[in-house]
Amino acid sequence: MNGYLQIGYTQTALAGLLIVANLVLSAALRLGLGRRLVIAALRMSVQLLLIGLVLKWVFALENPLPVLAMAAAMTAIAGVAAVNRTQRRFAGVYWGSLVSVSGAAFFVTGLALLGIVRVDPWFDPQYLIPLLGMVLGNTLNGISLALDRFVESLVQRRDAVEATLALGGTRWEAAHDHIRDAMRVGLIPMINSMMVIGIVSLPGMMTGQILAGAEPTDAVRYQIVIMFMIASAAALGAFGIVFFTYHRLFDDRHRLRLDRVRKVVA
Amino acid sequence: MLSATGLGRCINDAWIWRGVDVQLMAGQNLAIVGPTGAGKSLLLRCLAGLDSADEGRIAIDDKPLDEWQMPVYRARVVYLHQRPALWEGTVEENLRAVFHLAAHRSKGYDRSVAIRRLEAFDRDGSFLEKNAVDLSGGEAQIVALTRALSVEPSVLLLDEPSASMDATATEQAEELVARWVAEAPGRASMWTSHDAAQVERVADHTLTLDSSQATIS
Repeated sequence: MNGYLQIGYTQTALAGLLIVANLVLSAALRLGLGRRLVIAALRMSVQLLLIGLVLKWVFALENPLPVLAMAAAMTAIAGVAAVNRTQRRFAGVYWGSLVSVSGAAFFVTGLALLGIVRVDPWFDPQYLIPLLGMVLGNTLNGISLALDRFVESLVQRRDAVEATLALGGTRWEAAHDHIRDAMRVGLIPMINSMMVIGIVSLPGMMTGQILAGAEPTDAVRYQIVIMFMIASAAALGAFGIVFFTYHRLFDDRHRLRLDRVRKVVA
Repeated sequence: MLSATGLGRCINDAWIWRGVDVQLMAGQNLAIVGPTGAGKSLLLRCLAGLDSADEGRIAIDDKPLDEWQMPVYRARVVYLHQRPALWEGTVEENLRAVFHLAAHRSKGYDRSVAIRRLEAFDRDGSFLEKNAVDLSGGEAQIVALTRALSVEPSVLLLDEPSASMDATATEQAEELVARWVAEAPGRASMWTSHDAAQVERVADHTLTLDSSQATIS
């Protein structure tokens, strides 16, 4: 059962007609979604077609430099996107996010490429790019959820945090509950998806491999490896950003520095 | 005991207050008075090391603030927020949790002492079982004050400590603090209050904060 049925551009366009169902619904119920739906559908198609061309080009080069450049660009975008989804910012938060995302994603992906999947050469984009992409997407989620929750919780419970400090608590004692809470929230999507995977949802990568003709048992083992990578990177990334934020928002004189935080309208 | 000289605080290029001198001696009850927005809370927060001053120096027992480890300093100089901030849980859990902080671990929670302090407010042991979120503003201030006293500080910085209390509880709070200061050597309190009559009752000294200069009397 090797190989797969190829889809041409005409067939792809045919699938685009499916979106007409949404447009009809939107018009009939006056949801006012038509314009945004068309824009979203167009963006999705253009972005994917472009990345297809870029990947094809990078795959053909067999040179680590363009692969690494692409990995760096993906990581940078993930780092920025993680912060942009949050409502409160402080100076240096983008750097903190970049360091957390890249630290977690490079460490985990590197370990998997060299130690587990044992790809040769190590930069083979057929493995590096999709693995890194999946890890980045989930790390981004973990980071933005944990970051948002941590800062929000400090702002909302500011009085209680300061009460701990005012009674002689250290900054760690004052922040501890909030750090734990932020980590828990950051890891919720990860834990949820591991709980129901294979029962409620069949993950995209696994289905993709099966469609491409891989043995289901092979595809499943790949998926398990991926899930472990994702879980570990999301946890590392979330911890990285929370720890960084903790050091920015509590100074070494054990003061809560919410004066460094400003709210942005997302 | 607690002294501050030439304190100034500048926000957005404007001095909130400047050249403030505070001398708080053991046994004293000092009130800070001034119009709304004069920065009374800010001054207390600076003295507690929760906010920083832009100039001047603060010292306790002649040891400058910079040389103290902040948790140790704040275990001695306890600031009570204007809006009482209790932790999640019951009243008793609030009173007990403060002893989980490293700074107070050597001391222990004593239920009978807590009950005795609450009795000063006509509250008995059943009050300990109440959930912090169900308390009225005045009751929360009672718990916050009791919690602050339980860690045996040297200086209490009280920021409108009875703003949400009724007349009876206010009087009881004033009495409790006055008794606490007089009870042992080396204790003092500092108050802010919008109520001139209260200042009259509790303070033996006052410090007037008035647009960028302060006078002590």
